[in-house]
Amino acid sequence: MNLSISLTVNGVRRNVELDDPRVTLLDLLRERLDLTGTKKGCDRGQCGACTVLVNGRRINSCLALAVSHDGADILTIEGVARGNELHPVQAAFIAHDGLQCGFCTPGQIMSAIGLIEEGQAGDDPERVREAMSGNLCRCGAYSGITEAVLDAQRSLTDAKQGRAA
Amino acid sequence: MKNFDYVRPATVSDAVAAAAEPGAVYLAAGTNLLDLMKGDVSRPTRLVDVTRLPGLDRIERLPDGGIRIGALVRNADLAHDAGFARSYPAVAEALLSGASAQLRNAATVGGNLLQRTRCGYFFDIASACNKREPGTGCDARGGENRLHAVLGWSESCIATHPSDFCVPLVALDAVVEIEGRAGRREVALEALHRLPGDAPQQETVLGPGDLIVALRLPADAAAFAAHARYLKVRERTSFAFAVVSAAAGLRIERGRIRHARLALGGVAAKPWRARAAEEILTGASTGGDVFRRAAEAALAEAKPSGDNQFKIELAQRILVRALMLAAMGTPERVPALPASPFSSVAGALTDA
Repeated sequence: MNLSISLTVNGVRRNVELDDPRVTLLDLLRERLDLTGTKKGCDRGQCGACTVLVNGRRINSCLALAVSHDGADILTIEGVARGNELHPVQAAFIAHDGLQCGFCTPGQIMSAIGLIEEGQAGDDPERVREAMSGNLCRCGAYSGITEAVLDAQRSLTDAKQGRAA
Repeated sequence: MKNFDYVRPATVSDAVAAAAEPGAVYLAAGTNLLDLMKGDVSRPTRLVDVTRLPGLDRIERLPDGGIRIGALVRNADLAHDAGFARSYPAVAEALLSGASAQLRNAATVGGNLLQRTRCGYFFDIASACNKREPGTGCDARGGENRLHAVLGWSESCIATHPSDFCVPLVALDAVVEIEGRAGRREVALEALHRLPGDAPQQETVLGPGDLIVALRLPADAAAFAAHARYLKVRERTSFAFAVVSAAAGLRIERGRIRHARLALGGVAAKPWRARAAEEILTGASTGGDVFRRAAEAALAEAKPSGDNQFKIELAQRILVRALMLAAMGTPERVPALPASPFSSVAGALTDA
């Protein structure tokens, strides 16, 4: 049974023929579209390494069936920078040492972008930590991650207000 | 993962017909189902994708003052709906205390109600499990069972229902709307999940093809909004299932409790409504003594199913503390650590 789906991935329309309905969105990105920035950690929704934005919302791509997401708009870590200019969240992770080995980092960054978009955490570090609890970091870079998220949120808010003014 | 047929019906009646076949299951977000399928715990032959069914993603105020929540509303959208959170704050707090932000963005209302137990022996296909394979036994009985049920369990199964969301819902008399082969019917949420008895594989009263299409809260559920809390003990601060949880809602008039609603989570194969405790509270003035008596009544029938005697005392303390928090009044906003006993709320008991 061949299943044909169409996705927008990082702004580019991709038509994919699936020969198997079991393919997750994570495996589709990594194995079929060669977008290996999104990481496979636990593959069971517990670590957050596979976090991507689907229609603007962060989800675990390992627990999403690709075929069920026909027509979706996907943003992965490969799509967040503008050319050589890093996304503010990427820059903040570097500035605040929000990583050590880096394996969880694409998921952390996508989750942080989703968190800032959701707008629920404000400038409360406790709310940021709670809202990032779906992303595990085995190196324990959590304090840098929290600082990076707060800093990136400030610069994105300033940029937005600057545009509005 | 075993292979399966994938179908995506366009109407509810087509979905019901497609899912009534043996081996067929519904797929919504898949956050629980795909996990179970990857471990071969669930081996469906057909997935009926309901995510594109029209009209099931709405939150509607009803003319009688109640609210109707479509089965495909995402957990995060419901918790962050300002009107919903204002009227049913304990439900919003319970939702935000569950899973992670990513999972809440995907997981649906209907899927939350129908999520499977987190018993490790159910998940481990090398273990005996009467729920997964009827008649094979229960390795949890002699195994690692400190988190298992203390109410309503049987010799054949000691698993718990893991939902947070369902706990305040059952306290507030939520009703489930079901579309089946014989048409539409309604079931009280309290009657949706079954206790294990000698058939733990039958987890709900749903039959083949039955589809939960909506959840309703009656008009009087919002009357508890000023004094409503959900409290959840976990083995880590966030992104963990409940060891024990409690939902408490009070209607207080002139210092006396006019109506009380109480339910427990993590203690049984279903969200556990504590009606005897509610009766003790009715008419009483708020305070520690009557709260403790109510908590003792709620757990009067409890007995350990293994190495979990501690959960009985823990559940009573959490119930008392949830009542004290509810009596103090619902906070303006869900706390930074939703439902956490470690939230630094003024007046909170620190020994519970």
